[in-house]
Amino acid sequence: MTARVRAADVAVGTELPERVYPVTRADLVRYAGASGDLNPIHWSDRVATSVGLPGVIAHGMLTMGLAGRAVSDWAGDPAALVEYQVRFGRPVVVPDDDTGAEVTVRGRVAAVLDEGRVRVDLTVTSGGEKVLSLARAVVRLG
Amino acid sequence: MALDAGLVGRSYPPSAVYEVGRAKIAEFAAALGSTDPVHLDTEAARAAGHPDVIAPPTFAIALTLSAAGVVVEDPDVDLDYSRVVHGEQRFVHHRPIRAGDRLVATPTIEAVRTVAGNDLLTTRVDVATEDGEPVCSATSMLVARGAA
Repeated sequence: MTARVRAADVAVGTELPERVYPVTRADLVRYAGASGDLNPIHWSDRVATSVGLPGVIAHGMLTMGLAGRAVSDWAGDPAALVEYQVRFGRPVVVPDDDTGAEVTVRGRVAAVLDEGRVRVDLTVTSGGEKVLSLARAVVRLG
Repeated sequence: MALDAGLVGRSYPPSAVYEVGRAKIAEFAAALGSTDPVHLDTEAARAAGHPDVIAPPTFAIALTLSAAGVVVEDPDVDLDYSRVVHGEQRFVHHRPIRAGDRLVATPTIEAVRTVAGNDLLTTRVDVATEDGEPVCSATSMLVARGAA
């Protein structure tokens, strides 16, 4: 139950490895089923465009989940994320083709807190545009 | 339509018990592409100090989203759901959700605001075991975009 990364080994400015996650329509269908969020804007171009979107978009919670995975994989322990918050900025549009979209996650340690905890600030982009803002995790390191 | 500020602090009864299954955790982890064995393999989870497989940090949404449905259905909450988007999400974990947990989710309206013609509704869902052990809090801010 202990993170692989030790608090003593990080400082303000420590960067997490950049992660790039492909997101295809199949991934959206899988996430819809797993989460129970069946909103058709995540699988129907007809419905998505009727509400003014450019096309089917990824669930914000899928993007948040992927960014959380980048932090868990860095820390080496999914239980290390004790607090995690995001603001959903721009939608991730997922075209109906074999490659889909890409979500890129970067992170850096922004603050060293007490009890071995650090705050990691995340920069999450797709197609060069920021899709999450104020994306922050408090991570309990080993 | 502005939301009534008097809604702040309104709580709803706890949800029915949600029993967390290993297969559901594995399915959710797979949907995020995670292959961390603590989500998939009970022995690996136990070796890491957990009683059973643990859920990814955003798993709680699978139960808090539907629990927050009572707020949506409250006739006093006048929000145009055809115009709603998810604005913000926050999780505070007291401990990881794990297989075998029997959880109840209790929603409370935390804030209502109107900003630039958009209605903002913030709901906190407190998740605890049916015996009352706090597990996590999930706070969602929904934005109902004002008519252009």
